[in-house]
Amino acid sequence: MMQELLQYLFAGITNGAIYAVIALGFSTLYNATDLINFAQGEFVMLGALLLVTLWLQLGLPLPLAFVLVVLAVGLAGILFERLAIRTVRKPDPIVLVIITVGASIFLRGVGMVVWGRDPMAVPPFSELESIEIAGAYLLPQSLWIFGIVMILVVALTLFYKRTLTGKAMSACAINKRAASLLGIGTERMTLMAFALATGLGAVAGIMIAPITMATYDMGSMLGLKGFCAAMLGGLGSLWGALLGGFVLGIAEAMGVGFVSSGLKDAIAFLLLLLILYIRPTGILGVKSSHRF
Amino acid sequence: MLQIRNLKCYYGGIRALSGVSLSVSRGELVALIGANGAGKSTLLQAICGLSSSWEGEILFDGKSLAGLKPPAIVARGVSMVPEGRLIFPPLSVLDNLKLGAYLRYRQRDHVGVSQDLEKILDLFPVLRERSKQNAGTLSGGEQQMLAVGRSLMANPKFLLLDEPSMGLAPLVVRKIFDTLVQLRETGLTILIVEQNAQAALEIADRGYVLETGRMVLAGEASQLLADKEVKRAYLGKDYSKFYEGRG
Repeated sequence: MMQELLQYLFAGITNGAIYAVIALGFSTLYNATDLINFAQGEFVMLGALLLVTLWLQLGLPLPLAFVLVVLAVGLAGILFERLAIRTVRKPDPIVLVIITVGASIFLRGVGMVVWGRDPMAVPPFSELESIEIAGAYLLPQSLWIFGIVMILVVALTLFYKRTLTGKAMSACAINKRAASLLGIGTERMTLMAFALATGLGAVAGIMIAPITMATYDMGSMLGLKGFCAAMLGGLGSLWGALLGGFVLGIAEAMGVGFVSSGLKDAIAFLLLLLILYIRPTGILGVKSSHRF
Repeated sequence: MLQIRNLKCYYGGIRALSGVSLSVSRGELVALIGANGAGKSTLLQAICGLSSSWEGEILFDGKSLAGLKPPAIVARGVSMVPEGRLIFPPLSVLDNLKLGAYLRYRQRDHVGVSQDLEKILDLFPVLRERSKQNAGTLSGGEQQMLAVGRSLMANPKFLLLDEPSMGLAPLVVRKIFDTLVQLRETGLTILIVEQNAQAALEIADRGYVLETGRMVLAGEASQLLADKEVKRAYLGKDYSKFYEGRG
C-alpha cells in the first residue's frame, strides 16, 4: 500500500511538473495581455515533434536540439501574434480567444501533415537506471523534469522581480495606457510575452515526449490540463501555476491508481469546476482585486 | 515650445474638439480649465499620442507630433501624468518610479537616472519613506505624488497633468500645486488641465478656458481669475451676491 502510494506520487509529480510548465505559459501570456491562448497545447505538441526531428532524425546533440526547439517554437509564437492576433481589427477578448481556438486546429493540421499520424517514441534524456526508493521506482526522466520546472519558476520570478524588462511587462499587464505613457513599447512587450509563453510550451513538449510519445494530437488534452492547472493555482501567478500543476498531477495519479483509470481526464475538469465554484481566483490568485 | 493650431478631434464619431488653438512657451505654467466633457482630456490625449484620430497641427519644439505613438513622444521630452494617476498598485513605489525612466535605462543613462531619482525623492520625502511599499498601499495624495514623480523620471522638458487635483483634499492639492510651482522654477514647462479652476489659475502664468470643444477665453491667469464669465461658470461665485442681497 505504502509502496503503491509512493509510486503514484512519483507519477503524479512528474505529470504535475509538466502541467505546471504549460500553466506557466498560460499565466505568462495572461499576465502581459489578459489573453488566454487555447493554442498553448499545440505549441507543446510542436515542441515534442520538433525534438523528434532535430534530436532523433537529424542527430543533433540533445542540449543543442533543446535550445533550437525552444527558439523555433518561440518564433512560431511571434508569428502567431503578428499574423493572427495583431491583425484583428476589433480585438475583443472573445474574438481573440476564438482565434486561438482556430489556431489550435490549424496547428494540429500542420502537425499531422508534417509529421504524420503515427505516434513517435522518444528515448529518455539519460540512460540511467531507475532509482528505487522504499520499493517504488523513480525514473531519471522525472528528476530531469522536476529540476527543469524548478529552474524555470525561479528564473521567471527573477525576471519579473529583478529585471527592468520584467517589470515593464508587469506594468503593461496592469495598465497598458499608463505603461505606454512612460515610453514602454506595449506591442513589443506583447510580442515578448507570446515568445516566452510558447517557448515554455515547447519546454513542456520536450520534457513529456519521452514519457508519452509524440503525436500531432497530443496538444489538445495537455493544453486543457495546463489551463486547469493555471486556473487551479490562480491564473497569472507563477507559484500558483506550479502549485496547480502538482495538485492536478497528484490528484490524477491517485485517482487513476486507487479508483479507476477511466477517471484520468475527468479529474482535471472536476477540479476545475470545483475551484471555479469555491474560489474563482484560484488558490494563489489575487489579480481580480482591482481597486479604483 | 508647444503649438497647437486648429485641432479637431473625434471621439467615437463625435467631434470632441472643433478647431482649438493653444500655445505654451518655454518655462511657462499654463492652465487649461473647463467643465466635464469640454474636451480637455481629449486634447491631452492627442498631444501625448494616445489618440491618433485628430486633424490640425501639433508642434513640439517646431516639429510635428502627428502619427507618433506615446513612447516616441516621451522620447521627444513630453511626459504626461494621466488622469486617475494610473500607478501600478502591485509594484513597489521605487519600481514605479524606475519604470518612469524606462527609455533612459534603455539608453544606458544609469547615472542620470539615479541622480534624478534622488532629486524626486527629495521633492517628495514621503515617497522615500515608503519606497519599499506596494504603490497600492499609498493614500490618494501620495499616489498622485508618485504619478508626478514617475513622469518626472523621464526627465521631460514638458510636463502635462490631467486633473491632478481629482479626488484629493484641498490641503493635498495645495501641496502638489506648490511642487508644480517649484518645478517651474527649475525651468520645466507645464500644462495643467483642471476642473478646479481656482487652484489651477492661482499658480498658472496664463490660462485657457475650453467649453464644449471650443476655446472661449484665453489670457493672463490673474485676468481670468477676475473675469466675470469665469467666475460664474467655474469658480461658483455667481450666486453669492444674489443670496447676500436676499439676506
